[in-house]
Amino acid sequence: MSLKLEHVTKRFGQFTAVNDLSLEIPEREMFGFLGANGAGKTTTFRMILGLLDASEGQITWDRHPLNYSTSHLVGYLPEERGLYPKLKVRDQLIYLARLRGMPKNEALAELRLWLEKFKIPEYENKKVEELSKGNQQKIQFIAAVIHKPKLIILDEPFSGLDPVNVEQLKGAVLSLKENGATIVFSSHQMHHVEEMCEHLCILHKGRPVVHGALKEIKRTFGKKNLMIHADFPLDYLKDHPGVVKSRMTMEGAELQIEGELVAENILQEIVGKGFIRKFALEEPSLNDIFIEKVGNSYE
Amino acid sequence: MNSFWIILFHTYFNKLKSKSFIVTTLLTVVIVLALTNIQNIINLFDENGGQEKVAVLDETGQLYEPFKQQVKTINKDIQLTLYKGSDKQAEQAVEKGDYQGIITLRFNEEQLPEGIFKAMSIADSSLFTDLETSLQQVKTMLAASQMNLTAAQLQKLYEPVDFDKVALEKNAKTEEELNQARGLVYILLFIIYFAVIMYANMIAMEVATEKSSRVMEILISSVSPIKQMFAKILGIGLLSLTQLAVFLIVGYTSFKKNMDSLNNGFSEVFGFGDIPGATIFYAVVFFILGYFLYATLAAFLGSLVSRIEDVQQMITPMTLLVVAGFMIAMFGLGKPDAPFITVTSYIPFFTPMIMFLRVGMLTIPVWEAILGIAILTATIIVLAVFGARVYRGGVLMYGKSNSFKDIKKALQLTKND
Repeated sequence: MSLKLEHVTKRFGQFTAVNDLSLEIPEREMFGFLGANGAGKTTTFRMILGLLDASEGQITWDRHPLNYSTSHLVGYLPEERGLYPKLKVRDQLIYLARLRGMPKNEALAELRLWLEKFKIPEYENKKVEELSKGNQQKIQFIAAVIHKPKLIILDEPFSGLDPVNVEQLKGAVLSLKENGATIVFSSHQMHHVEEMCEHLCILHKGRPVVHGALKEIKRTFGKKNLMIHADFPLDYLKDHPGVVKSRMTMEGAELQIEGELVAENILQEIVGKGFIRKFALEEPSLNDIFIEKVGNSYE
Repeated sequence: MNSFWIILFHTYFNKLKSKSFIVTTLLTVVIVLALTNIQNIINLFDENGGQEKVAVLDETGQLYEPFKQQVKTINKDIQLTLYKGSDKQAEQAVEKGDYQGIITLRFNEEQLPEGIFKAMSIADSSLFTDLETSLQQVKTMLAASQMNLTAAQLQKLYEPVDFDKVALEKNAKTEEELNQARGLVYILLFIIYFAVIMYANMIAMEVATEKSSRVMEILISSVSPIKQMFAKILGIGLLSLTQLAVFLIVGYTSFKKNMDSLNNGFSEVFGFGDIPGATIFYAVVFFILGYFLYATLAAFLGSLVSRIEDVQQMITPMTLLVVAGFMIAMFGLGKPDAPFITVTSYIPFFTPMIMFLRVGMLTIPVWEAILGIAILTATIIVLAVFGARVYRGGVLMYGKSNSFKDIKKALQLTKND
């Protein structure tokens, strides 16, 4: 039961929004979609949901194409949040759950469970327009998952939330994954993806520029970050062979280097020159990878 | 339950429960009740139970009796009293409110009657006219007797001319029938006109609200837009029938109750005496078809706007079509067999009103009505297929979209190129 995109392309007239995208997202995995604004994330999601037809290629879930007959299997949190402002939370969620094939009683039980989980049971009979934005977003999230979908698509689930709410929502997403759902989500914030996803894909102008397992991506990226805190000047290290980028800080230097070997050389170079308080070799952050892969083409 | 029915009933009950719907329905019920009770209401406000007291100052001493008799035949509600007093006293009596007015009768030089009517205000023209007409009759009689005409001669003079209208076409409606049909068709046309504008508006608003609140994206990822569109159209259609049923039941019951007071008045003018079944049947058919035509149009126009404020602007052309149809129908009421009316009755956007006007007022061959219905139905199907495609793309489009160029854009979104 995996989600598979094979050579998917979407063109709007002359404009190509998504270009030859192939992905496989295994069941029960959390998959992160990264990309600058306009990279084609939402278009890809809309194609997965069947709202738009792919110009080329195909998208399958469990070897079958997704369409309205499978809508009960899919949950969707759109980037542009929207609910009926005049409807009560309960009526609204039950209606949306029923549209995705869940019987009324079950929907009501599930709805109460979720409200309890988010500690907002008192909102059951309130109109959506009376709620704060953060709480509206929680309701929106419940609307996406109330019918226990197998595949959940979350378009920017954490945007516009305060840190406490982000943690709450993250916990909810993780519990859904533990319960066996396959989750695809997009975010601008690298640390969310880094923290939660096993696999990810960075889209740039409709093309996947990075794609694979998080660890693998970091490993093959090659470059590592070296952080040195020392009591003597480190400026000369920026010309050391193998140093790609360097940034001097109050306490020392942060270097991006080509590999572990370079770190060894640098260590030998500086040992004996003074007191070294910190010498740490770190994996590149997703942020570094994103900026390198996407940011470079901006220049 | 199938998602189609879920949407249909959700739309129906949500609207049914909404305050605006309940208020409009109640208001209209009040208006219907008022209209059907109009005679009672008028009587209620008339003091003296509709009786109008008029004092007569007869200076001649011989005009009062014949005048009284004439007034009696014209309007039973005018009560004349011979006033024995001076002009001044009579005027004071009017000021006190004892009488509506005073009329002074006298002879002129030619010994023919003339009158002066005095009242607090002369706004009540019907009383004034009745008195004038009566006096005119008296004058005619007196003048005739001065010329020594016999009663028989007089009668000959005033006998109305025989003037009959005969339609040569078989089954053609007689003048009387035509008048009756005109009233009924007029009312039914009004119902079609108002209902189409009101409910088509409701649908466009409904679609635009879902779109502007962005709940649309969740909806169309759950249920196909085409299913949604038709569930919504049928849901609102059901609502319109509910509302109409309420009006008709209230109207008919109240009307029945007041049959006596309205007898021979209103009811005959509007052709309610006996309502021809065929006309009602056609009214229902054309009402439903007209509703579907404009509802489909409204749904897809509504899907093109992204802000509620733009809805009116977007559906204005559609509203104008309905108004044009109604205008043509109003013209057609006076001249239902004009070639212009015949031609426009086949134009699908006008068919619901104008073909109905023709079947209601003329005796046209059944195939003509069926042809009109067929063209209309075909148009609805084409519009529904086309509209569903626009709807599907339109609901995904956001931005400053309120022009007809967007139809092309919406179609492009759904295209599988």
